[in-house]
Amino acid sequence: MNTWIAIGATVVGCYAVKLAGLLVPAGVLERPLVRRLAALLPVALLAALTAQQTFADGQTLVLDARAAGVAAAGVALVLRAPFLLVVAAAVVVTAGVRALGG
Amino acid sequence: MTEETAFADIRADDGDKPDAAVVRDALGVGVAVGLSGFAFGVTSAGSGLTLPQTCLLSLLVFTGASQFALVGALAGGGNPVTAAAGALFLGVRNAFYGLRLSQVLALPRAVRPFAAQWVIDETAAVALAQPTRRAARIGFAVTGLSLYVLWNLTTLLGALGAEAIGDTDAWGLDAAGPAVFLALLAPMLRTGTERTVAGLAVVLGLGLLPVLPAGVPVLVAALAAPAVLWARGRRGTGDR
Repeated sequence: MNTWIAIGATVVGCYAVKLAGLLVPAGVLERPLVRRLAALLPVALLAALTAQQTFADGQTLVLDARAAGVAAAGVALVLRAPFLLVVAAAVVVTAGVRALGG
Repeated sequence: MTEETAFADIRADDGDKPDAAVVRDALGVGVAVGLSGFAFGVTSAGSGLTLPQTCLLSLLVFTGASQFALVGALAGGGNPVTAAAGALFLGVRNAFYGLRLSQVLALPRAVRPFAAQWVIDETAAVALAQPTRRAARIGFAVTGLSLYVLWNLTTLLGALGAEAIGDTDAWGLDAAGPAVFLALLAPMLRTGTERTVAGLAVVLGLGLLPVLPAGVPVLVAALAAPAVLWARGRRGTGDR
């Protein structure tokens, strides 16, 4: 049930912000500070999410095979690999490290 | 993931561009990113969401980062409100794409509620990079359609595949989520401001994880954005 509540809220909220951009007069959101904040908000969220999903196990921090996988994704990004290859590198390296570690 | 292209050279003045070239660009983006719905399907199923829940997210939310954030938060035991809030904050950038797009595409009011669902990173990047309104409209429509169809198909296949595989962690598939976030984040880290925000957000997100309820640390980490902006403003070093 909780999952459905979260899904419903996300569906409605995400559609609403998309539509808002197309409907509101340009001047409202075009203030430099607002635009700057909107550009930085995803940076903060994505950085925190990347770190958490790499190192979190419930509410404890751990260093496991995922760290190696995400590091491989980082290398792939530096080498300008396409999106799918970046994700594939993370998955393959994580699986490999786990297989080696038992 | 393509924010820098979205905001660069909206009107590169290279005159007319053949429709076929626009379609080719749009399909390139639509197909490449559309296929990554597979990673979402697998991650969502691995996070414990059912097949209908996973597919509904791709059909109705249709903005990748928010979808990954939501299923990640739910898997981490977050309550539905904080999980949805994190996903929604990530979706806010689409409003700013919409602003740009509404000027460039000049859509009739009746069409806007339907076009809105396709207002995402990739459609904005392709449409805003086109030299003419006609090219922008074609780019938006072709990117939107190809990405929407593929993203939903591969979501379904990924979720079915995850059920067939069983233990998705053994296959390293739990690393797909953070890798997607990293790939979305990397092109945004252009200046010192972005890197400072990202660094502070990592510290907050990891440091608060053991002490705050699940889902809340990410929301607190979002405050890194206004905090850094405020600090830069006080020092008078706006670097853009």
